Amino acid sequence: MSAFAQRHPIWTAIIVVLAAALLWMIFALWPLWLVDLIGRKKIFLNALFNGITLGGLYFLVASGFTLIFGLMRNVNLAHGSLYLLGGYIGYEVANLTGYWLIAFPVAFLLVGAFGVLLQFVVFRRMEGQDLRQTLVTIGISIVLADLMLWVWGGDFYQVLTPSWLSGPLETILVTGVKRSSGDLIYLKYPMVRIVIFLAAVVIGVGIWLLLNRTRIGMLVRAGVDDRDMLTATGVNIQLVFAGVFAFGAGLAGLAGVVGGTFQALAPGEDVRFLLYSLIVVIVGGMGSIPGAAIGALLIGLADQFGSVYFPTYAVVLTFLIMVVVLAFRPQGLMGRA
Amino acid sequence: MAVVEEMPVESTPTWAERIPAGYWALGMILLVMPGIAGDFVLYQIFGWTFILGIISLSLMFLGGYGGMVSLAQMTVAGVGGYMVAIFGVSAIDTISLGWPWYISIPLALVIAALFATLTGWLAVRTEGIYTIMITLAISAAFFFFTRQNYVIFNGFSGFNGVLPPFLFGIDWRGPIAFYYLTLFWAVVCFLAVLYLSRAPFGLALQGVRDNPRRMAALGYNVTAHRIAAYTFAGVLAAIGGILLTWQSAQISPGTASIGAAIDILVIAVIGGLRHPIGPFIGAFIYVLLKTFAIDALTSVGLAGERFQLLIGIGFLIIVFFSPDGILGLWEKVRAARNRDPLIDRGGERP
Repeated sequence: MSAFAQRHPIWTAIIVVLAAALLWMIFALWPLWLVDLIGRKKIFLNALFNGITLGGLYFLVASGFTLIFGLMRNVNLAHGSLYLLGGYIGYEVANLTGYWLIAFPVAFLLVGAFGVLLQFVVFRRMEGQDLRQTLVTIGISIVLADLMLWVWGGDFYQVLTPSWLSGPLETILVTGVKRSSGDLIYLKYPMVRIVIFLAAVVIGVGIWLLLNRTRIGMLVRAGVDDRDMLTATGVNIQLVFAGVFAFGAGLAGLAGVVGGTFQALAPGEDVRFLLYSLIVVIVGGMGSIPGAAIGALLIGLADQFGSVYFPTYAVVLTFLIMVVVLAFRPQGLMGRA
Repeated sequence: MAVVEEMPVESTPTWAERIPAGYWALGMILLVMPGIAGDFVLYQIFGWTFILGIISLSLMFLGGYGGMVSLAQMTVAGVGGYMVAIFGVSAIDTISLGWPWYISIPLALVIAALFATLTGWLAVRTEGIYTIMITLAISAAFFFFTRQNYVIFNGFSGFNGVLPPFLFGIDWRGPIAFYYLTLFWAVVCFLAVLYLSRAPFGLALQGVRDNPRRMAALGYNVTAHRIAAYTFAGVLAAIGGILLTWQSAQISPGTASIGAAIDILVIAVIGGLRHPIGPFIGAFIYVLLKTFAIDALTSVGLAGERFQLLIGIGFLIIVFFSPDGILGLWEKVRAARNRDPLIDRGGERP
């Protein structure tokens, strides 16, 4: 941190000023000129919070994607299908049992098991052939999309939120002053989104700890750096591959339940989330978990602020971020050259 | 000892003799096809085959000779189609400028080529599988953008009533005229790719595909070659896109959707990325499947909508068993037939 500040004093100053401005915008009562300029504080805060929680969801999807890519060099273009599959499974489970929380482990395990199946039946046969693997994942995503359309049809599904999570939570952030009484108005924010975001943070920190503080994580990191050398030291690399694929696929399934709770499940969502995970990992850097977190946050915020302040071009904004990153840092923000 | 070299008895073959007999036969059949086939076959089956073939050909050129599998070719085709609709005549006359065809079509081609060049400029910063991801992201962004932009692209509904110009007193959307129109452009694009693959540029591009480092060491500008390949492929795709727009007389975001982009990849891979004839074979199979699979599926008792499933499974089988598509399969069969059972009993040659 201090090394960065010493090397780039100007950048540090800019970052500090921006952070201070952001904090002021979050906590202070907005003066009238600012309201005239960019609209009411409530809209801004909602966009900010929605962006952050959406970033959490994107992170859940993209972290599995980037994990699989980092270790196996396998661009799993069926990742969006795994997300949607997890969502549908979660919906069915939540409907059958009536417990929302059960949907998560079930979706994680089932989709993870499916991932292991894919790894053993398909990808193991074409190791090292990147392009062929990618083509196969495209084929799988076509087949899966049609199978899911067959089973669940074209309707919208939403995983039911349990009662203790529905409803808003009053935060401590002030959005304005009541004109009649002079009381402060506090921001209300959906409870479920806050919980889900916290869960995403916990999962993200968990993955980071798993990768950086455990023996399994050490094996995975070693595999990312030099697969052949890891095999030579006597590690059963196939087992590591299968494990990582299961974990990544399971995360996609988990994210499917999350997405099904605060958005909706429908055909086409698979492609949308595949696209977002692609952009997130391109922006954040391939194979990097912190990169996926930063990319997801950036894309989520861009998506939400874009749809609030220039609704037509929200998609283009996220895309522009990708272009700028590619133009100046082709390996991604946290990627290694 | 001076040896007088014997003069070759036969002179070098003329250009007509250098074309294999199979091509002559195929050409003849295609030329007289309107005498045999009905309007539906001409317009829907063959017209569509040639159009999809042209667009896939642009992908085959990039993937086969350049080693860059781009999923943005359908998007470039979409740009071409949209530009013709915007600059030319369509039923949405609040947006369409209504310029004559000799301005709107070249302009559309130029803009599509520029778009392809930009795409290439972005995509060549990465290699292999990254290219697929970035071009997929680009095509998805274009799809969502056109769907939401009403000022230029007229949003969800797009443009309808985009018709080919009424040239030489012929209605080019008539089945026979459209057949010859698409056949002509398919042959032109095919020959252009064939020629370019043997021209210095194409050879250098194949060198770049096989070993970019060595080509860079030899003094070739690797990046420029790759971007130029994108530009050329963009022109091909735009030709296909304009024809596609004329065929259905409309263009909408769905034309360049992600599914359509993937279909183009499927076609190219099923046909084979080795030779420019591959995409046309793939397109023919795809169109046949898409047209008749519904009938076939319902006759077996399955719902007709399961067409995508059929395509997906077929694609998986091809990728699994023959990475070079139908062409690769054909070569395998031929190699197996020509093998001398006494000399090699299967397995790899040393």
